[in-house]
Order: sequence, then C-alpha cells, then structure tokens
Amino acid sequence: MPVEILMPALSPTMEKGNLAKWIKKEGDAVKSGDVIAEIETDKATMEVEAVDEGTLGKILIPEGTQDVAVNTPIAVILADGEDAAALDAAPKAAESAAPAVAQQPSPVADAAPAAPAKVESALANPPQPAALPEPDVPAGTEMVSQTIREALRDAMAEEMRRDGDVFIMGEEVAEYQGAYKITQGLLQEFGARRVIDTPITEHGFAGVGVGAAMAGLKPIVEFMTFNFAMQAIDQIINSAAKTLYMSGGQIQCSIVFRGPNGAAARVAAQHSQDYSAWYSHIPGLKVVAPYTAADAKGLLKAAIRDPNPVIFLENEILYGHSSPVPKLDDFVVPLGKAKVARPGSDVTLVAWSIGMSYALKAAEELSKLGIEAEVIDLRTIRPLDIATVIASVQKTGRCVTVEEGWPQSGVGSEIVAQLMEKTFDYLDAPVLRVTGKDVPMPYAANLEKLALPTVQDVVEAVRAVTYR
Amino acid sequence: MALAAKKSAAGTAAAGKPAAQKAPARRSEKSAVKSIAEFSKAEELEAYREMLAIRRFEEKAGQMYGMGLIGGFCHLYIGQEAVVVGMQKALKSGDQVITGYRDHGHMLACGMDPKGVMAELTGRRGGYSKGKGGSMHMFSVEKGFFGGHGIVGAQVSLGTGLAFADHYRQNGNVCLTYFGDGAANQGQVYESFNMAELWKLPVVYIIENNKYAMGTAVNRASAQTDFSRRGTSFNIPGEQVDGMDVRAVYAAGQRAVEFARSGKGPYILEMLTYRYRGHSMSDPAKYRSKEEVQKMRTEHDPIEQVRARLLEKKWASEEDLKAIDAEIRDTMNAAADFASSDPEPDASELYTDILR
Repeated sequence: MPVEILMPALSPTMEKGNLAKWIKKEGDAVKSGDVIAEIETDKATMEVEAVDEGTLGKILIPEGTQDVAVNTPIAVILADGEDAAALDAAPKAAESAAPAVAQQPSPVADAAPAAPAKVESALANPPQPAALPEPDVPAGTEMVSQTIREALRDAMAEEMRRDGDVFIMGEEVAEYQGAYKITQGLLQEFGARRVIDTPITEHGFAGVGVGAAMAGLKPIVEFMTFNFAMQAIDQIINSAAKTLYMSGGQIQCSIVFRGPNGAAARVAAQHSQDYSAWYSHIPGLKVVAPYTAADAKGLLKAAIRDPNPVIFLENEILYGHSSPVPKLDDFVVPLGKAKVARPGSDVTLVAWSIGMSYALKAAEELSKLGIEAEVIDLRTIRPLDIATVIASVQKTGRCVTVEEGWPQSGVGSEIVAQLMEKTFDYLDAPVLRVTGKDVPMPYAANLEKLALPTVQDVVEAVRAVTYR
Repeated sequence: MALAAKKSAAGTAAAGKPAAQKAPARRSEKSAVKSIAEFSKAEELEAYREMLAIRRFEEKAGQMYGMGLIGGFCHLYIGQEAVVVGMQKALKSGDQVITGYRDHGHMLACGMDPKGVMAELTGRRGGYSKGKGGSMHMFSVEKGFFGGHGIVGAQVSLGTGLAFADHYRQNGNVCLTYFGDGAANQGQVYESFNMAELWKLPVVYIIENNKYAMGTAVNRASAQTDFSRRGTSFNIPGEQVDGMDVRAVYAAGQRAVEFARSGKGPYILEMLTYRYRGHSMSDPAKYRSKEEVQKMRTEHDPIEQVRARLLEKKWASEEDLKAIDAEIRDTMNAAADFASSDPEPDASELYTDILR
C-alpha cells in the first residue's frame, strides 16, 4: 500500500508552510532518515526526513508551492514491489486539501507529532478590523502587509538605529535569531554588543536589565515566554516598577520586558497563561498587548521610548498573522489609547490581543442576527483607557468583555467594576465577562479547547445582555 | 599603591595586584590579611572622622527610633564602619555603589548629606526620597549611590546591571555591589556571578560577613562559610579581608577595583566584620552571647583601632579627637533636628513619581 507523506507541523502553532524544495525526485529510492524535501515558514527552513522505506512514487505538491496546509499529502512513497499503478489506490487528497485530512492520523511522523485539532478553527484566520481609518495613521498612507513577527522586529531595529542606548538581551535572541524569530537579523545589523544572548537565568538577567536601565540605558529584555518571567517577577515589580517612587523621582527605569504571553497551543498549564491581569495590577508599570501588526509595531516603538518600565505582551498564535502596516518612516502609536476596531450601536465588546479574534468574529456572527457590536481594542491594559470604553457604553448601553485569562480578578473584572462605578446609569444590562475557564490549561486537545473562550461564548453573552 | 602582601596560590602578587585569575580560591580559612600598608596621618584622621560619623549617625538613628520618630524597619551599621569607608577610598568619581537594606553607612561614605538621610528615616519631605522610600530605599545619582534595596539579594543583579552599563559605555567606571552573608545564599547572586564573569563586567562584589543573617549564624545557613570562594565555580577570584581594619579593606579594595577596572571582570571581597546591634531595632539578639559582642568591641573595634594608632603615633591628642567627636556630634544633632522638624511630604506627593 503506498504511503502518503503529509506536510508536517514544525511548531505547536504552525498551520501552513511553503514547500521550498524537493531533494528527492520521483523514482528515487528513499530510506528512513533520508532528507526528501525542505519546507519553510516565516520562522525557519526545515528538512523533511522520510520515515518509511521505498521509492518516491509521486510528488503531489510541486516545489515552490506557498501556504501548504499542515497535514496535506505532499508525496507518495511506494513500498518495495509496488509500482506506479498502486498510486491509484492512494487517496486523492491533494486537491481538496486541509479540512478532509485534518481528521486523518498522520502516517508519516517526521519531526512533528500527529496534530489532530490545531488551533481553534475560529482563530485560524483571525478576522481583521473593518476598514476603519486607523486613528494613528495619516489618510492616504500606503499600507504594507506584514506579519506581527516582522512588525516587532522592524520596531526594534528602527529604535536601535535611532538610539544607541537601546539594546536587546534574552535567551536565544542573537545567534539563534530568536526562539520565535522575533529578533531575526538584529545580531547581523547591530552586533553582539547590542544583541546579547543570555544564559537561561531569567531572575538574573531581568535584574541586570533593570540595573542597566537605572544607569540610563534602555534595555529590551526578551522573555522566551512570559511564563518564564515568573522567575523574574520580583525584579520586574519590586525593582523596575517601584524604584521611581521609592527614590522620590530620582531613578527612572526605562525598560521593555517583552515576549509571547497567553495560551499557545498544546503546551499545557506551565506554558499557557495570560499575564495581562497580573501586571496590570501594578502601579509603576505600563502594560501593552497589541492585536494588529500595525499596533504591534507602533506600540513597541512607543514602549521602547517610554521612560517607564513597560510589559509588552505578545501572542505566539498571532506572530505569523499578517495585517496592513503603514509605510511610514517613524510610525509610533501612543501608549494608553484604546481604539474602536469596529463601530456598532447595540453592544460594546472590549478585548485586546488575541481576545480581539473572538470579539471580531462574534461581531460578524451577531451582525447576521441583526445585532451590531462595537468592538474596542484596548491595546494598552495599563494605563487603562476607560474613557473610550465608557463613551462606547454610553452609546450602546451594554457591554461584554473578552479575554483568554482567568475570570477572578481579571482585566474584565476591572472593566466591569469601573463601568459600574462610573457609568451605571447608562447600563441597560449587567456587564458580562467572557474569559478562559477557571482551570490550569490542560494538554489534551479537546480539554484545551474547552478551557478557552469561544466565539459562541461571546455571541451568547451578547444575546444575554441584549435580551435577544 | 598600598603594598599589601597577598597570599596567593599563584605566587606573590607583585604590586599588590592579584595574581592570574586562574587561581580564584586562594584564601584559606584563617587568611585574614597578614600585613597591610600603613596609613599616613591624613589618611588615619580622615578614616577616623568618617567612621565616627557613621557611628554617631547610627547611634542617633537608634535613639530617634526609640523616640518613635523613625518607623518601620531600621538596620544599624554600627561595628561595620571600616568596610564602607575603606572601600569608598578606593573609588573614583563616576563609580557606582549599591547595597541592601543596611545602607545608612554606605550613603554617608558616598558623601550623602546626613540631614537628607536622617530626614528620609523620619519620612520627611527633605529626605533623599522625599519621604517615600524610608530607611531601606534611598538613592543619590549625583553621589553614585543606587540604593538602598529591601529585597535580600536583588541588589546583586541590579549592581551587575550597573556594571553592565559601564561596560556597554566603556566609561572605565566600576560598580561596588555590597551584600551580606545572608544574601549570599540567594540564587540570583550566582546567576549574576555567571553573567558578570561571562561578560567581564567591572563589578566588585563585597560580601559583608557579619556572622549572622538576621538571627541565623553563618555556619547554620551556609554549607561553604568561606564566602570568598563562592565565585570559584565561575572563575571569579576572591579573598577574605579583615573588615574591622580600614587599612586592610582599602588595600583589598584597591586590588579589586583595579582588577575590575582593567577589564578583567568581577572580583569578590569577603569582609569579615561584625554588627554590634541586633539585625534591626526590634531584635534583642538572643542568638549570641554578650561576651561575644563585648570581645569584638574591645579587641577589634574599627574606630578604636584607628584611634589607638593616632594616639600612639602622637598624630592626635585626646583633645584633638574629642574635638572631632564634638564636631561630628553637632553635625548629627543638626541632622536629627532637621529630620524632626522638617514637614512630612505634601499629600499630593502620594500620586507623584509613579510614572514619568
């Protein structure tokens, strides 16, 4: 029976990649461990090794093909004695790609594990805000599509060109080009003095970064993920956030702590949690969590220039997503300003970072039901732009918050409290929160899905507050 | 340069410089410095004056704490004065100093105004942090003093970061990073040691071993009680120093600072010292005997040692020294008066200096 080789996943969040090159030709003998092809993502180029032995019977996806979905059959291997005639017996999956094969067990293991359900389907192609004029972009500006990964890299590179006191340190930021490839090319441009690989020593290098900031430098400290920053949280809070106050305004700490935050995919509880609420609790910190590539770039540039410690929460699942970024020499988005990502009159949805995916998708669904949601992207969690939320709620009279973080003492809870205190008379219904479930993140695909909020949760919450 | 003969596994260090750093752990248990360069008359008098100023300041602070004028925690430096005075003498303008919560002596040694320090202890607007930091959190960028940190061991990473900035700027400055025998068991100390040596940062780690981490004697908390060897696995050289002898401290400080400044990386000085008072004002110090304290006071007091030499060499008379003492008492009384009469911070200060 011929064996299909499927497009492998190279990371927990990879959904598609390019088939860069076939190393083996049709008719070549293949044995286990042979490199048969190269595939590339925006992060890296990787070799695909054969697991089964036989002859490369047919190449289903020619080299140079872009955006091949994970699990798409890319070639067929014939066992000894089989000939090309056996190919007809192989399932013809090539044309109808992803949805069908997503259910199949992966016969070719490769480096990647068989990946049943990837990221929740609603998030596979995260919706973009409607074509509202970007508040921070002059009319008529040319827009270029970029991934968030590229936008973050460009932001750092631009700020490092602009200010010699800016440097980046963290694990694998230099020679490896970033664990998530956010620092790609920075070492080559700026050298080892300013792009510094640290040992695996979060507590220590966070403290070293804060000390350097106290001396007037402007460090960007990358945490491979914010989960690991818990080892460093004392330096972030007790040293970075409080020293300006405790020194009576003498010692400033201009530093950015950045890295992926929140649930990734299938990495379980210690690697999947949202720190938005944790850091937003702390006076003396600013907390930023962008959703679009443009905001990622403009807000990171603002964060690097900010004289205060800034927690810059990225999202691994969003890194590879593209959206338009204004082509400007110096595009900076001010911290502390929310934006209306989608206008609407019936209900206000408040979200940030990946929470925006649910909110925007839900807004589309609700529109079909005749409910027009106004979606606000907070962009900065602290200082919280509650004024923008209030202005919207005073128009719609109803509000639902959306976040992947836990419910108790979450950012949504804070918004609910402030709305109740400041604009109670305008509310026509209780404000509801859609959050991640109050459990550590499980590993199993089905349980993980259950632990995260869904678009349907948002739709139902809106129906509840609009009584429809 | 002081001619302090150093014992060294790699041989004699000629001009008082440490030998190759390949031999980091070269101090033995009883190796407190054998011979030390003598101080000149002017140096002895200066050291006497500075150490006495710290002691009188601390005595005054203790008194004011008893009167309820100082709140919270207050950790006195009495007994350890020779460490900061000797080390400060080895620095030049632009160098940085950072320490933990037992910090009053370090601030005075850096040249900070006793009035501003005392007013911070009493939580007044004229304090170095406008009354918002208190005893453990004071800073003076002008004097190169970067705190004053209340989390045990946190200053070690921060000081390493200050040295990182010096290295980044190639400005030739050195950071003195002080911590105690208690902090020496914190993990981030070793994370910092590793990076400092890896990147050859100009930092001198000064471990003030006063024999007790709060109430826990060194041998009850530390598997390796020779703290000068704590950098061994990172190839950081270290030495034990008689921290009660200001001349020994200065000699070691010169070697260490020169080493760090010349680009060879970090250096560890373990200062064998002693605090006469409890860990903080509320500590009756039942974990040690009165005799132990008395023995240190009578046989090793850092100020008395200088005083005896001044008198013996007839560089000062009893009257001269009394006059110095009186002058210092006046200064400290004035600081205490200021700190008692200066107003508390304005209520509006509650919301300032949170963000810039």
